[in-house]
Amino acid sequence: MSAPALGVAALRRPIPLFALAAVLSVLGGLCIGAFPVSVADLLSAIGLSSAPIDDTTATVLYAIRAPRVLAAFAVGAALAAGGAAMQSLFRNPLADPGLLGVSSGAALAAVTVIVLGEKVMHIVPPPLKPWLLPIAAFLGGLAATIVVYRLAARDGITLVGTLLLAGIAINAIAAAGIGMLVFIADEQQLRTLIFWTMGGFGAVTWVAILPTLLVLAIAVPTLLPAAHLLDALSLGEREAGHVGVDVERLKRRLVTQVALAVGASVAISGTVGFVGLVAPHIVRLLLGPAHRTLLPAAALFGGAFVVLADALARTIVSPAELPIGVLTALVGGPFFLWLLAGRAARGGL
Amino acid sequence: MSLLQARNVGVRVGTKVLIADISLALAAGELVAVLGPNGAGKSTLLGAIAGDRAVASGAVLLDDRPIGQWNKAALARRRAVLPQHSAVAFDFTGLQIATLGLLAHRDRLSERQMRAMAERALHETEALAFADRPYTVLSGGERQRVQLARVLAQCDADPSVRPFLLLDEPITGLDLAHQHAALASARRRADRGLGVLAVLHDINMAARYADRVAILENGRMSALGASDTMLTPERLSAVFATPIVKISAGGETAFLSPGAGH
Repeated sequence: MSAPALGVAALRRPIPLFALAAVLSVLGGLCIGAFPVSVADLLSAIGLSSAPIDDTTATVLYAIRAPRVLAAFAVGAALAAGGAAMQSLFRNPLADPGLLGVSSGAALAAVTVIVLGEKVMHIVPPPLKPWLLPIAAFLGGLAATIVVYRLAARDGITLVGTLLLAGIAINAIAAAGIGMLVFIADEQQLRTLIFWTMGGFGAVTWVAILPTLLVLAIAVPTLLPAAHLLDALSLGEREAGHVGVDVERLKRRLVTQVALAVGASVAISGTVGFVGLVAPHIVRLLLGPAHRTLLPAAALFGGAFVVLADALARTIVSPAELPIGVLTALVGGPFFLWLLAGRAARGGL
Repeated sequence: MSLLQARNVGVRVGTKVLIADISLALAAGELVAVLGPNGAGKSTLLGAIAGDRAVASGAVLLDDRPIGQWNKAALARRRAVLPQHSAVAFDFTGLQIATLGLLAHRDRLSERQMRAMAERALHETEALAFADRPYTVLSGGERQRVQLARVLAQCDADPSVRPFLLLDEPITGLDLAHQHAALASARRRADRGLGVLAVLHDINMAARYADRVAILENGRMSALGASDTMLTPERLSAVFATPIVKISAGGETAFLSPGAGH
């Protein structure tokens, strides 16, 4: 693992480069699909060209593809930034919202709302109904984060073995809970449920995602002002305190923001694994660990990664769709093993 | 005159008493060395004075205010701490680590000023060569010098303030030249009006650089006073449970531990 060894001039100001890649991936995501949209159509749709655009194309773009691509980008960015924040909190690059059970904690809470929620839906005021799922997912993610943190972090030191084992346990408990709910669920709920556990953007509509996008728009960018505090946390909790960080307050803030970011992501798309592991890690290899560049670059990278993975998921077995979680795990699983092998070779986790 | 003082401080873990009834006032402009055998409670005392360890009895006061009541950022501008072992997660460079010492001064300083200050501190500990190297590839002594630079940068960040500097075994793992360089850095700051407290194992280094020594034994203060009167072969032999003699050669005196039986 080397520091920013690439002396490429562009990497000195890397954020515009990452932003450009993100924009290109979003434009690609808008064009690619079972109903291909040409670049010319896309340009007229976003007002850069005055050529007329037919109604079907417009509908596909505005009502189906735009919310889907936007949701994919937001989820990828939130998982990547949330992963980076979690890794700083645990002072370990293996901390991933999926591996540590934060995502599955959120998923269990969300699935509970889907299956059992109808019984309480009538007492929820109608304006609050779109918020019920994200709130449940947030609380599930928060509970999982707190349990893992309490178990694995003692006196400011993270026990990596305990950390990963706690994640395994929480994932197992969540899987068992979801399994129970599968028995209770009816046909319709079952389909939603399976979608939830494997992850996907197939059900995305503007109405469904707006509340959660709002949560993400607040929870993710507000990590950036804490960037230098996250840097200080790498020195150790005690040392971070010595240089002036209110560590307890920072930890509460990080746990909350990670739970919000991951919970809201799960509410949109179910569990999409490994983005929080892969994106920050690759950015750290390219640009070094300073969070002022890591957080935005990882968010842009994660967003682009999920947009492209989603585009792939809805085209390679077209007209059917692959669950996106399968694709991210296909990339992320081997990546995680490679990370583990490297760390084991250097004498431990 | 600012004062960092421990008043009848006791620290316990469960029912085990680590230190008891220790009083020590660190004044601006002096360097106090804390000596004592393993397990005497030196690091515990430093931790209590730094505000890291909760005290079971007594109080630690900075300017007559309990250390726990200080706002973290305000405290960081008034005292810097070098802990014994420091691991750093992720591949931060030497310069990035040193710059983190200036965290509590960020609002006041430009990026350029912070970089210059961090580089000056790295230069002082002869660690400027590690400015662009990842901390994780440095040797133990090199890491220690980077961490020392971070702490020195924190001390020097605001010339109008004379903070306290707490060093827990700052020279362990350093070669002789760098041991002298590190303690000379601490000495210069004491001469400039900072109060410095350093846990040391080397009696000769304490005799050479400290104004006063605090000798701990079994969690209690066994002697506290001017280095030249407190550091006697008789006392040291008793405290460290091994014969220690004082020799003079070429106008210099040194303590020697011949290690001859009991």
